[in-house]
Amino acid sequence: MQPFVKQTGLVAPMDRVNVDTDQMVPKQFLKLQTREGYGRVLFYDWRYLPGEKPNPEFPLNFPRYRGASVLLARANFGCGSSREHAPWAILDYGFRSIIAPSYADIFYNNCFKNGILPVQLSDVQVDDLFKRAEKQEGYRLTVDLENQLVTDDAGLRIPFEIDAFRKKCLLKGLDDIGLTLEHEPDISAYEKSNPKSAPMYDPVDVKIAQPQT
Amino acid sequence: MPPQTLYEKIWNAHIVREVPGQPSLIYIDRHLIHEGTSPQAFAGLKAAGRKVRRPDLTFAVMDHSVSTKNRELPILDADARGQFEALERNCKETGVRLFDMHSKNQGIVHIIGPELGITQPGQTLVCGDSHTSTHGAMGALAFGIGTSEIEHVLATQCLSQAKSKTGLVRFNGARPKGITSKDFILALIGKIGIAGGTGHVFEYAGDAVRALSMEARMTMCNMTIEGGARAGMVAPDQTTFAYLEGKPFVPRGKEFQDAVARWKALASDPGAKYDVVLDIDAAKLAPQVTWGTNPGMVTDVTSRVPDPNSFADPVDRKAAESALVYMNLKPGTPITDISVDRVFIGSCTNSRIEDLRAAAHVIEGKHIAKNIKQALAVPGSRVVKAQAEKEGLDKIFRDAGFEWRDAGCSMCIGMNDDVLPSGERSASTSNRNFEGRQGKGSRTHLVSPMMAAAAAIEGHFVDIRKWDVNGAE
Repeated sequence: MQPFVKQTGLVAPMDRVNVDTDQMVPKQFLKLQTREGYGRVLFYDWRYLPGEKPNPEFPLNFPRYRGASVLLARANFGCGSSREHAPWAILDYGFRSIIAPSYADIFYNNCFKNGILPVQLSDVQVDDLFKRAEKQEGYRLTVDLENQLVTDDAGLRIPFEIDAFRKKCLLKGLDDIGLTLEHEPDISAYEKSNPKSAPMYDPVDVKIAQPQT
Repeated sequence: MPPQTLYEKIWNAHIVREVPGQPSLIYIDRHLIHEGTSPQAFAGLKAAGRKVRRPDLTFAVMDHSVSTKNRELPILDADARGQFEALERNCKETGVRLFDMHSKNQGIVHIIGPELGITQPGQTLVCGDSHTSTHGAMGALAFGIGTSEIEHVLATQCLSQAKSKTGLVRFNGARPKGITSKDFILALIGKIGIAGGTGHVFEYAGDAVRALSMEARMTMCNMTIEGGARAGMVAPDQTTFAYLEGKPFVPRGKEFQDAVARWKALASDPGAKYDVVLDIDAAKLAPQVTWGTNPGMVTDVTSRVPDPNSFADPVDRKAAESALVYMNLKPGTPITDISVDRVFIGSCTNSRIEDLRAAAHVIEGKHIAKNIKQALAVPGSRVVKAQAEKEGLDKIFRDAGFEWRDAGCSMCIGMNDDVLPSGERSASTSNRNFEGRQGKGSRTHLVSPMMAAAAAIEGHFVDIRKWDVNGAE
């Protein structure tokens, strides 16, 4: 996973509460088998008119937000489906961090697995950032994970909170699975003292009938 | 030891490793996978040279993209076919049991887990699907995960998790006729909002919940995620044990009696503390109908489409305004004046045998209204389908003008051949009314199976309490 340490980038505002992951990546794109290439379809139904013509009224299509890498969003961002295609699309589009007052749990978790930093600030602070981003063309923010700070060129300094363990993993781009596998003896010990199996007492019509153990 | 909640008991029993200031490593008892969110996880596993640690605890099924029309026909959608082939290949290579689209036990992942007894009380269960919360009805801790976490569970049979906050939601009093657990959960989400449960695990209790069947409890737990809480649970009781006995993966004989003794101890201790407690008077609930573009935008069937100006919070006002534009509804319109184009009875929320029986009772001897372009009855699994056919429900649906389908996710997600066309309005027993959920530009109203069935007959929403529903439950 790509580490996240510090990033400076153009801010794009997404001024809407409860943006669900169905909007980020609509269902017709969930049949692909890759983790890449979803940037093109991010916010598909809002972003494009019929024939995939960019919708000129959708903020991400405004020339002033082209190349944005900090996504400014509203409350409960990422609610709904657990599809990880949503953060994949956000990353592939070019965003490395999101700033919002709150996130849905599964989406929030999925961001960290993909090197995206979801910063949580208060409603008032986010509101203020929306005003700044809309007022000043080319408004940029620096998101500094190491020091837990959001700053701009005009001297704005907003500290943010983040779970220490998540911070460490993101800073180093740690491989979660590798980390867990370091605790293999603990897992084996647990399995030994809590034997779990799924014996079948009645035949069912299953395709792979003899699971390997 | 201080009194513990059901959640805390399951949590504590699954800690593999605990370090202060870090998430805990939690053992996962059952892992369910489907074609939609698993291919990338298997690919990642392979790329890293890792194995599936416990194929015997992993179960795969095809549900999201399967056709519910005729499965014997070639699959024309190349992307969907690719997903099916990938799942089959991955299961074959790793020894994971697969219920493929031709299996007699195939169905929506959250229908077949409980139906086969794969889900049991006291377990931890995960699946790459947000509606995994369904399985909490068995008294399990069950929640949806992303694809990276699927890969993590495949490789380690564990998940790194921070402990959630807990909420106790009590539905008190007697459930009125015509009111279902779908109305319970919609009313709850309407009250707390779609982010109201974020960071929490909900436990449902109260006499109205105790009186619910297992299937009705599953409907409630299923939609818990729509209120932001990742998991919903009901303490196992006699209803749970009776449901489980004799299911294919449930122990038999003395082993079953021993299991029941263990399961009985799972109920929250008297005096256990929750972060939030909420009481709802079930006896006062009316049938619920959503009017907007998320499940929290919901009201009583006797009510009207709200005026955005009636919302005090400017954020809510703006959201309601844009929802009404999308839904093409005028403030003040009585809910019962809203006519629908299509009716969908199905999804992991409401496609179990009791749902189909209730809907069939409502439509028996009647016919869908002239303005209904399509009415779908989609059983949640092939076992449900077979049972329904044994009871003659398929005939009731067909005679009333419904299409009787094979098992799958169907029009809930529109990843298959069932899509709600742009601009059309549905009465749907599914779980999400997000913009474009059932098809681009589609307009969804979430309701219970009886309410959907009645809307099909009348062509618009009706108050099901005015109908004879005595035999429907």
